[in-house]
This record gives sequence, structure tokens and C-alpha cells, in this order.
Amino acid sequence: MSDRHRREWIYKLCTYGAIVGLFAFFLQVQNQADEYQIRILNVSAIFVTLAVSYNLINGVAGQFSLGPNAFMAVGAYTTALLTLSPAEKELSFIIEPIIWPLSVLHLPFLPSLLIGGAFAALLGFIMAFPVFRVRGDYLAIVTLGFGEVIRVVANNVQSITNGPLGLKGLSEYTNLWWSWGVAVFTVFCVTRLVKSSFGRAMQAIREDEVAAAAMGINVFRHKMLAFVVHAFFAGMAGGLMAHLITTISPTLFSFFLTFNLLVIIVIGGLGSMTGSIIAAIIITHAGEWLRAVEEPMAIGPFNIPGIPGMRMVVFSIMLILVMIFARQGLMGRREFSWEWFCGFLKIGKRRG
Amino acid sequence: MDLSLFLQQLLNGISLGSLYALIAIGYTMVYGIIRLINFAHGDILMVSTYFAYFGISVYALPWWLSVIIAILLTALLGILIDLGAYRPVRHAPRISALITAIGVSFLLENLGLVVFGGRPKAFYRPDFLDKTYELGGVHVFSLSIWVPLVTALLLALVFLLLYRTRVGAAMRAVAKDMEMVQLMGIDVNRVISLTFAVGSALAAAGGIMWAMKYPQINPLMGILPGLKAFVAAVIGGIGNIHGAVLGGLLLGTTEILLVAFLPSLAGYRDAFAFVLLILILLFRPTGLAGKDTIG
Repeated sequence: MSDRHRREWIYKLCTYGAIVGLFAFFLQVQNQADEYQIRILNVSAIFVTLAVSYNLINGVAGQFSLGPNAFMAVGAYTTALLTLSPAEKELSFIIEPIIWPLSVLHLPFLPSLLIGGAFAALLGFIMAFPVFRVRGDYLAIVTLGFGEVIRVVANNVQSITNGPLGLKGLSEYTNLWWSWGVAVFTVFCVTRLVKSSFGRAMQAIREDEVAAAAMGINVFRHKMLAFVVHAFFAGMAGGLMAHLITTISPTLFSFFLTFNLLVIIVIGGLGSMTGSIIAAIIITHAGEWLRAVEEPMAIGPFNIPGIPGMRMVVFSIMLILVMIFARQGLMGRREFSWEWFCGFLKIGKRRG
Repeated sequence: MDLSLFLQQLLNGISLGSLYALIAIGYTMVYGIIRLINFAHGDILMVSTYFAYFGISVYALPWWLSVIIAILLTALLGILIDLGAYRPVRHAPRISALITAIGVSFLLENLGLVVFGGRPKAFYRPDFLDKTYELGGVHVFSLSIWVPLVTALLLALVFLLLYRTRVGAAMRAVAKDMEMVQLMGIDVNRVISLTFAVGSALAAAGGIMWAMKYPQINPLMGILPGLKAFVAAVIGGIGNIHGAVLGGLLLGTTEILLVAFLPSLAGYRDAFAFVLLILILLFRPTGLAGKDTIG
């Protein structure tokens, strides 16, 4: 075995070791941490899934989509409708009864989640045809439009979505294993995809669409691939989120969600999966810390009233400042690698 | 179809459409000059209604004075937003500028929630706008007549500015070729500031009439008119002011007529604009009126 091969083998072992370590950490957390901390970790995992898949289309393929809330909505509704038992569904659909095949279907969590992702991917596939006929800021607006359309539709087709009332009383299936399992799976799939020839083609399209086409890359098909993969994982994340907060309604999937994701991938660095993961975890936690700002405080003799809504002000300002002063975000387009890590720790350096 | 009902709804449609048109002009002028979708345009509109609200309800000024002050302050706000947020990213990739604009939009909305509170506030409606006339079986709400009239007046002013003044000529020139205009000794940044001022002032006028129409305001009220006016601008061919007016009227009228005569689709009203947008971009990406320049 050559030196290089041995090295790659060791790096691979390190990766698996790190994943095992992560889950060992969760085993510990599940026994000791309180419900609130576990919830934050779950939300972090869902946002890691979302951010990494969103970065695939926005950062890697360079197609500025503003529609992940649409895919999340589809994934969340599909998963929820499949995991609810027929009796529960009959109970919650008060205004209009639920239509036939949905009224009797009842599946376990994993197949529901996968079907939720698949439906989101299907929507992505259909959307790709109109969406990728336009570019740049028009693409952003069209995808935003699709997000709004999905929300309005969810509000109106009461026999499927229960309209504005939404779906309530979902079982809380999402736990650390599910959320982080899906997150790790997403990171694995997306990073493999980025490193493959498909991923390189997507990057080529991002840099120069005409040149990429001239080199024989099928531009539309690669954009669509990125979009559909993004949709699939966003749909799964939607399903996970639905079964974490146990209640969904159309208002949950507004542009607001997309904005949060945008903040995450911009701060992490458009195009860097490592950046997305770090930023997703930081922003989720920061959102919780900033709750302190919104609550009344007493510093010495002074009572400072809480300022509700301050969190979003901070995030908006952060987004603008990053765009003006640090367009590369935390990581730019760099990725974590064991090679860099070892160099950082100054171990295993080659002699000479 | 009942003719008088149709006429009544048509008038409502034109009234709504002229509001869209007023707001759309701001989008289209800014896009025509610096190729930026000013995402915050709808939220600038929201802030303007709060300026007017404070003038009328808190400082007890006459309503017309409050409206004038609100429009001036909003123009100033537009200039400040351009200076603080958009000018630093002017030479960055267009997507960076768009992300900044989205950031400004959320900043205004959430600052609005923090400063003004989330509860809707009642907006003042002058008496002469609160009357209903009956003309040959057609019930006419006086506001629905005044809105198109004021819009027409403001439009005339905008066209005077663009085609009869030196700065107007400079604006049209910047839209055509920014670098060349710089060589001619025109201060491009001042022209852009002026564009933001005019666009924001028109949004303020539209927003205040919008607020008088519904008559209440809240910090998130700008989102929907903003998005729809943007759609109107695209329908007319973004960058084209005549197109923006045309697109606004078209969107407003079809929306009202759709709701009035196909009530079963009323719930889909807000999706309608986007479906129209997607269709337009698919089949006529440059909009109905075409051409990518101001004027």
C-alpha cells in the first residue's frame, strides 16, 4: 500500500470515527440533557439538512432559488398525512372530509419521510421546467412565487391539507437519531455529489454557463439534478420538522423560513458545505441565545423591558453586513478536510 | 353579466391597478438604472404609512400636511437605504445586491415590529374619500375615483421630470449606459439617489392611499403590495415605465374581476399574480411592452 493510499484510508477511518463519536455524544446527551437542549439539537440537525441541500442549488450550482419553503411544505404535509392514523385524520378534518386514498393510508415514520422527500423531489422536477428558463434575479422571483403559490394552495385545498387549520396532534417521532441520522446522510450524499463529475459540471455552470455548455455539459439537466436533490432533502427536513413541532399549518412555511436559510448559507459561505453546517448550528443556537434580548432584564437598579422581534433585526443586519464587508462568509468555498486538520494540528507531516 | 355590477368592479379594479402601477414605477426605475430588484420597496411603503400615521394621529397635524411630510421623509429614507446598503454592493455580483435587498426588507419589517408593535393601527380616512355615490345604478366609492386621479397626476409629474428636465435626461442616460454617462461629467451617484427618492416617494403616495383604502396599517402590510407591484413591473417589461403602468392596471383589474365573477377562486387571489408572472416570464420574458430601459 502506498503512502497516499494509507493516508486516504486513515482519513476515511477518521470520518467514520467522528460520526460514531457524534452519535456516542448524542447517547450521552439523551440521558443527561434536558428537553430544551435536545430540542435545540434537533432543530440544528434539521437546519443542517436544509442548509446543506439549499447550498447545493444556490452555492454549488449558482442558481439562486428562493423556494425551499415550498419543498418543506410539501414534504411536511405528505409525511404528516401518512403518519396520522385514519381515525385522527377523521377527527381533525372538520370543515371538509379528507379525500379517499389519504383517509385510509397509514405508514410508519421512515417510509412516510421518504415518500415526503420523493413528493418534494417530484415537485422540484416539475418546477424545473419553467424555473430554469430564466436566470439570475428572475429565477429568484419565480421560485419565490412558487413558494407563495404552494402556500396559497395549502390554504385552499381543504380536503387534503385541512386549510388554514393545518394538521395537529402529529406523533413526536423526530428524535436525535432521526434528525442527525438524516443530517449525516444528507451531508454524505451532497458532498459525494459535489465531488463527482456531476458536481464539477454544476460548478462549471455556476462559473460560466455558456462555457460549460460549450464543453458539452447539459446545462438544464445538471441544474435540474441539483434542484431535485435539494428538493428531496428539503422535503425530508420538512417531514422531520413537522414531527418535531407536531403541528403544521400553511403559515409555518412562509418566506420567513427561506430567509433564515439564506442567512445561514450566506454566513457559512455560498458553496461551502462545511460553512453551511457550522452556520446552521451557530445560527440555531444564536437564535436561542438572542431570546435573552427579547425578555425583560434587570441590570442592577435598571429594568430593561424586553424587545420582542429583536432577533430578526439582528439577523437582518448580520446578513447586510456580511454582504457588504465579508461576502465570502465564514468559509468562502473552502471545505473541511482531514488533511487541513492534521496540518492545523501539525501532526503526520511529511518530512522534507 | 350585469353591466352596472361589471362597471362597478371595473372601477374598483382600475383603482387597485393604479396603486399597483404607482408602486411598480419605483421598482422599474431602480431596476432600469442599477439592475437591482429593490426587495425592500414594499417595506418602504409600509414605513411611509407609519410616518403619515404619526403625523395625523400622534402630532395631530392636518392630514394633507402629514401626507406631504410623510412622502418627503420616505424619499429621504429611500436615499439613505441606497447610501447605506446598496451603494457598498453596487459593483458586487448582482446576487449579492439582491441578498442585501432581502436583508433590508427583513430589517425594515422587523424594525417596524419592534418600534411600532405588531398590532394593526387604524388609519385616518378624510371625509371626502369616505362617500358613496350612485350613478345610474352603479355604486361608486369616492376613494375609488380619487385614487386613479391622483395616480394620473403623479404619473404626469414623473413624465415631466423624465422628459422635460435635465436630471430626467440624466436618469434616462444612466439607464442606457452608466459608464459613458460618467465620462460625460454627470454624477451618477446623485442620479441614482434621486431615482431612489422619486421611487420611494411614489411608493409612499401609493402606500398612503392603500392605507386609506383598507383603513389600517401594520408592519407586514408592505409585503403583498410590494410583491404584486413587482409582478406588475415584470408584466409590463421591467425597466419600462409605461409598461409598469400598463402591468399595474392589468393586474389590478384582472384580479378584481376574477374575484368578483369567479368567487370560487377567491381564495387563490394572492397566487394569481404569481401564476401570471410565471406565464409571462415563460412566454414573453421581456414583458408585454418589452425593452429594458427607462422611458
